[in-house]
Amino acid sequence: MSAKPLAGWRVRGSLLDKQPPTLDVVAAWLLGALWILPLLYAFWTAFHAPEFSTRFVLSAPLTLDNFRRAWAAAPFARYFANSFMLVTGVLAGQLVVCTLAAYAFARFEFAGKSVLFALVLVQLMIMPDVLLVENYRTLSRMGILDSITAIGLPYVASAFGIFLLRQAFRMVPRELDEAARVEGAGPLTVLWRVYVPLARPVYVAYGLVSVSYHWNNFLWPLIVTNSVTSRPVTVGLQVFSSGDQGVDWSVITAATLMTSGPLLVAFLLFQRQFVQSFMRAGIR
Amino acid sequence: MSRTALHAWLLVLPAAALLALFTHWPIVGTVWDSFHATPRAGHAGAWIGLDNYREMAGDAVFWRSLWNNAAYAIATVPISIALALVMALWVDSHMRGRTWLRMAFFTPTVLPMIAVANIWLFFFTPQYGLLEKATGALGLASHNWLGTPSTALACVAVVAIWKEAGFFMIFYLAALQTVPPALAEAAAIEGASRGYYLRRVLLPLLMPTTLFVMVNAVINAFRLVDHIVVMTRGGPDNATALLLYHIYEVGFSFWDTGYAAALTVVLLAILAAAAIGQFVFLDRRVHYQ
Repeated sequence: MSAKPLAGWRVRGSLLDKQPPTLDVVAAWLLGALWILPLLYAFWTAFHAPEFSTRFVLSAPLTLDNFRRAWAAAPFARYFANSFMLVTGVLAGQLVVCTLAAYAFARFEFAGKSVLFALVLVQLMIMPDVLLVENYRTLSRMGILDSITAIGLPYVASAFGIFLLRQAFRMVPRELDEAARVEGAGPLTVLWRVYVPLARPVYVAYGLVSVSYHWNNFLWPLIVTNSVTSRPVTVGLQVFSSGDQGVDWSVITAATLMTSGPLLVAFLLFQRQFVQSFMRAGIR
Repeated sequence: MSRTALHAWLLVLPAAALLALFTHWPIVGTVWDSFHATPRAGHAGAWIGLDNYREMAGDAVFWRSLWNNAAYAIATVPISIALALVMALWVDSHMRGRTWLRMAFFTPTVLPMIAVANIWLFFFTPQYGLLEKATGALGLASHNWLGTPSTALACVAVVAIWKEAGFFMIFYLAALQTVPPALAEAAAIEGASRGYYLRRVLLPLLMPTTLFVMVNAVINAFRLVDHIVVMTRGGPDNATALLLYHIYEVGFSFWDTGYAAALTVVLLAILAAAAIGQFVFLDRRVHYQ
């Protein structure tokens, strides 16, 4: 396609026209509909009796029965509690460990700093997710298999968190740091009083990304857990749906929506915050 | 050691210790174990040199999973990146309902892969599934999408694309918002068409984002196998066995950890290659403002 000269200088239909061509709008809406369709379908199945799971009759009565049956058929309350403890525990650990390390990398000079930072970055590419066998063995030696700690511990030192916070801390004007030090504040006080408050948006962004990651994580928890007391919802859902439920799709779909529920509701309520957080977390 | 250096080391210590324990040591351990037999009944595995790798060379499932994974990556990476870019351009425009569109595109990202896989499993189910109902209504013959080796991998790839495109859209969206409006104005005055502006101005400016997204997409193609566990368990006939899934089976179904370590070395090499590729590319092809 070559550049076509426009007749005169006009906005309508040109690059400056922020209203895209009708064809684009139609295509965009079609893709959007296609994208949301599987979810709508899941909602339909979950809120209707099994006989309507693929019969789309608008008059079909809505029911919560599938949710009731799913909830009664497996210890979902316990799974939810486990997942909740997992994501809060991991996040708390990550915030402390990554803040301290990021502070050192951002504002201290010490021998071996760049080598150490390069070693941190290795984890961006090779996450604990792929080191299943060795990490399983390590946790087995520590004697903490089948516990929530075992699921979370390999993720506590997060290279991503260190990287993100280091970037944020480097943006803090050095004058603020020095002013606090002149008043006699030690390094930790400066960190707590100056750096942490200024990096708040980054903490929110990182927190959302971390919580969604660990709420959704599956393979590693599947490997290290084997009892109700430690399984997060993702593994609980898998045990439930591959168990003796047969092909009762309505109940399985209800359980599926239930496990995604908290994040989905949070996302729909705080859409802007979520999108901005993921954006912020992605710009390195 | 000076006082500040001591402070710095103390600050880094917890992170360094945990990273060493759960990332660096396991990497070294994986390589080490790949040269050893699987420990049995409390006895450490004996040094067996390259035997695990020899076994790998003759392991049809390994080659199948490697090939599957390559095909899976070649399908999911470009398609999800292209879709992500198109989505971002639409959502960034002043199109009516763009907030709604952004929500539609991004929602799959927030859902657990395992939940997504369950929903799609039902969609693909023979006879009862929505896809069968739709093709049946069009008078097409019944087809077991996930149960046929020729279509199963494509089905799991579709799920990955659906889940990831909206996530990558976000990065393009962020990048588009940093493009100065003056560029579009200048191009408009010069009489550039939309297509021309996209190809010659926007795409080069978005190159760093594309690269970042691409590396992440490649990593995800090798790292995320949750949907395989739910939808196909690697079947039918290993048609959807991806490398990490094969490692999971060898390591935790057959408990052959020595061989699983050798397989993991291959996966680590692929991920390392992606990382090095990013470094090399960053220097050359990428166009910064």
